[in-house]
Amino acid sequence: MNKINLVSSAQMKKDIPKFFPGDTVKIHVKVVEGDKERIQQYQGIVMGIKGAGLSKTFRVRKISNGVGVERIFPMNSPTIAKIEKIKDGKVRRAKLYYLRSLKGKSATKIRERISEDIVIPEKPVETEIESPSEPQEETKE
Amino acid sequence: MKGLIGRKIGMTSVFTDDGSSVPCTLIEAGPCYVTALKTKDNDGYASVQLGFAERSEKRLAEAQVKNFKKKKLPLLRFLKEIRDFEDSDQLKLGDVLKVDLFNEGDSVKVTGISKGKGFQGVVKRHGFGGGSVTHGQSDRLRAPGSIGASSYPSRVFKGQRMAGRTGGKKKSVRNLKVIKVIPDSNLMLVKGAVPGANSGIVEIYKLK
Repeated sequence: MNKINLVSSAQMKKDIPKFFPGDTVKIHVKVVEGDKERIQQYQGIVMGIKGAGLSKTFRVRKISNGVGVERIFPMNSPTIAKIEKIKDGKVRRAKLYYLRSLKGKSATKIRERISEDIVIPEKPVETEIESPSEPQEETKE
Repeated sequence: MKGLIGRKIGMTSVFTDDGSSVPCTLIEAGPCYVTALKTKDNDGYASVQLGFAERSEKRLAEAQVKNFKKKKLPLLRFLKEIRDFEDSDQLKLGDVLKVDLFNEGDSVKVTGISKGKGFQGVVKRHGFGGGSVTHGQSDRLRAPGSIGASSYPSRVFKGQRMAGRTGGKKKSVRNLKVIKVIPDSNLMLVKGAVPGANSGIVEIYKLK
């Protein structure tokens, strides 16, 4: 096992901030278009963290134009330029799959972890007037 | 053909620059000692005998110990002959072959003993389709089906694929790409899976 670590630990990133399910993170993804490379940002709620070591992945959900989008990122992928933690979330389970069945504001709102007494009014990431029939499509990548 | 004896360590993955994750097998290859050289004149065929993995004296048969000591070689556990070894005329007894025999991007063939699976049915052993789940069938889900015709030939042909012992046989995988070579620790990474369990002995051959 140690010999495997020799290969895998060299590829592991050391500058990843610690984050948990329920936290809001912003991921800077490198996108190659033709011969140009640019950084694309993706912000959402961490739904869960899976795996260990080099193959660790995490799933981030956001509501984009009224459509739920989920993306799975490998934690140690070289295409991830940076991970920023925007907000701490207080949740009571490890996998937040219940977010998929939530609609409207509750789908993007998670209580913050810092203090339980003071309820900080949250601004939703995108101000949306939700239609009652909000599509719950998921694009899984 | 050039080759080495090695030990399968296990599988891991390697990220490429474009972000795709490549499954790889880590192999500890070599150092291998040249324990015998066979020539066409002497033995009827040309080959190089390689030895791998040192072992203590009390763990080897006396004849093996004497053989190694006579040749002034370390006591080795695994011996393997490779026929028509390239540039074998430049090798001499006691030479050490290391993993730097291989380069990144080389194609290799890896041979090993596959994992034993015990007595298995035809679905797992030969990839038969099995029976239908529906259409009123019962107890035919993993059955082999017909094994031949009736009064002619009145027998089952030899080689008819049936259930039986599976795995635990010598298997080769060709055209595996060498992803990385780490000479300091005698390690190499090849793309894809390799026959056998972790810490099993494998032979690695360089393909043209």
